[in-house]
Amino acid sequence: MAEKMQLNEVEVWDGNYAAAQALRQAQVDVVAAYPITPSTPIVETYGAFVANGYIDGEYVMVESEHGAMSTCVGAAAAGGRVATATSSQGYMLMVEVLYQASGMRLPIVLNVVNRALASPLNVRGDHGDMYLGRDSGWVQLDAFNAQEAYDLNLCAFKIGEDINVRLPVMVHQDGFVTSHTAQNIHPLSDDEAYAFVGDYKPVEEMLDFSKPVTYGAQTEEDWHYEHKAKQHRALMDSYTVIDRVFDEFEKKTGRKYKRLETYMMEDAEVAILALGSTVETSILAAKQLREEEGIKAGVVAPRCIRPFPFEELRESLAGLKCVAALDRSCPMGAMGALYNETCGALATIPADQRPMVTNFIYGLGGRDFSVEEAKRIFREQKANADVGYITTPVQQFSGLRGPKLGFYEMKRS
Amino acid sequence: MALQSIKNLKEFSTANERFEGAHLLCPGCAHSMIVRELMNATDDNLVIASATGCLEVCTAVYPYTSWDTSWIHIGFENAASAASGAEAMYKARKRKGTLKDPDAPVKFVAFGGDGATYDIGFQWLSGAVERGHDFTYICLDNENYANTGGQRSSSTPIGAHTSTAQAGRVSYGKKQKKKDMVAIMAAHGAPYVAQLAPNKWKIMAKGFQKALETEGPCFINTVSACTTEWKFNPKDTIHITDLATDTLMFPIYEIINGTELNILYRPKNVIPVEEYLAAQGRYKHLFKPENRHVIDRIQKEINEKWEYLQRREEAKV
Repeated sequence: MAEKMQLNEVEVWDGNYAAAQALRQAQVDVVAAYPITPSTPIVETYGAFVANGYIDGEYVMVESEHGAMSTCVGAAAAGGRVATATSSQGYMLMVEVLYQASGMRLPIVLNVVNRALASPLNVRGDHGDMYLGRDSGWVQLDAFNAQEAYDLNLCAFKIGEDINVRLPVMVHQDGFVTSHTAQNIHPLSDDEAYAFVGDYKPVEEMLDFSKPVTYGAQTEEDWHYEHKAKQHRALMDSYTVIDRVFDEFEKKTGRKYKRLETYMMEDAEVAILALGSTVETSILAAKQLREEEGIKAGVVAPRCIRPFPFEELRESLAGLKCVAALDRSCPMGAMGALYNETCGALATIPADQRPMVTNFIYGLGGRDFSVEEAKRIFREQKANADVGYITTPVQQFSGLRGPKLGFYEMKRS
Repeated sequence: MALQSIKNLKEFSTANERFEGAHLLCPGCAHSMIVRELMNATDDNLVIASATGCLEVCTAVYPYTSWDTSWIHIGFENAASAASGAEAMYKARKRKGTLKDPDAPVKFVAFGGDGATYDIGFQWLSGAVERGHDFTYICLDNENYANTGGQRSSSTPIGAHTSTAQAGRVSYGKKQKKKDMVAIMAAHGAPYVAQLAPNKWKIMAKGFQKALETEGPCFINTVSACTTEWKFNPKDTIHITDLATDTLMFPIYEIINGTELNILYRPKNVIPVEEYLAAQGRYKHLFKPENRHVIDRIQKEINEKWEYLQRREEAKV
């Protein structure tokens, strides 16, 4: 029996520690893990909780991230609560097994502390890895700060384990900016947190010998298509459960989460679309611009990367003049991922209600993204809005040394 | 079921039907014999992890399954990880009291072919054995990637013809020696490691029982004659396996705690390896005069290995 932990009303935790506390409070049965910067402290902290009797679980330090996710799949199929954490190259190594976890509908929770991808080798935070598992059938939630990393981990178990979802869930946070920066956190008590997450109720588990179960069978063209379509439907439909869990969480804590977060969008003329810690930087910039320059700036941030909040995004952006989609990853030969998702959502509304969308690549390899830079982007959108067409390059590298790289000089005639 | 109660092979092989017929394995494939023997060697509940390979794709094609027991397949390389995960969950849930039937005896088993074991899954197997999970890994060693059409693996013996180590005008087939997986797993300090063969079914069943009853990670390499890629008549599987064990191409032995080596089968008359090679199409080219040196080398290596095994057994190291 695990010993309870006495927590203060306000604790000073970084994002990694916050995530580890959530795993402990959810009383995860098995954590299989392999260290990688910057997510390592999550599994280290979990290991310390095990070593000190604060969690009664199995802590399996495996030989690789691929082994970690494989062990998680085996453990989850055996009918218990399972979690792990990773970043960057480790996430890349896991990708094969991410598809298998979701294909078998196993509610594993994976903390992804986002980091750049080699080469060149870089341990700092960007979203280079965020989209690796994008099509793997996982629910993907994005935490903008350490408090949210904690909150969303608790929600992740409840969402993934819901009988109507039964899918694995990722919680993203920004490497170092969120994972290693101490912030004030309002945790739940152990009892409150566990009461929120609830007991794990396995379905079709391998350790119920009265009902043998086959996991991970083979299919050919006769069934594979149906399986994949069903899986896609389950992920698309999971939003109702996500909404419900967020509502329950708000009732418990007063902290409100939505699949698409919007800030100052009621009367906004221009907007920044961003993910992760950049959201807070952009909010600050928008507030300052509204006060100092009278620019009606707003911020839109998908909380759910999957299932992607298409409808909400469409609603929040319709009627706007100009939007900048910020991607903290280099798309290599195309427009950024968030830009593409946004354009996809906007393509379904009439042209006269559709804002112009530009794409900013920024902050690769941990390069700082400042309030000033966010302000500059807002001002550019405002200038575009005023003339009614895009005068700036449609894709720009923000904060890059040397001459500005601009691609796709598309202008509205 | 204790092996003592078994009177004959027929009774033994039909006592337990947890591996059902109507699977898609080739006629004459030894995989099904080995799997059935494992299942008949114990009455305990089994949680089985299968690596991608012939056994997996031929026994669990949705919506059918041959497995009347808990079974999971993830990928080619990670059957050992799946078994470790399930075993870790069993321990956690047993401690917490969340198992449906906490007193039901359960054993964790992983199956992999030689490709999944000797090559791509080696890291995952090594990790699981090092961590000491209580499971038994059984390698169905047919010495090639049979499921993809017979490519060489690091288990393929020297001189064998495969689709990627071909015998031709200037090549005698695979140039490299077979990896000694039994020694490697013994060196991990696994408490029970053995090489077994389905023709010696009583020895094999006893070996399986020992592995299942031993706490900790156990490894068993089983000879699994492959009618398709070794190129012999499907009715001859056991005959070929007899030749494999009686030529000492596949010596039958166990290693306990990484040190104590016991030879489990000593042929009354050791047969020259030519007879084993001549019975299979994959070695046909070795009987050309210019390839005689390969047969001589195989025989020499068999003699040396047998000598080594006997010395180790005698010396108890």
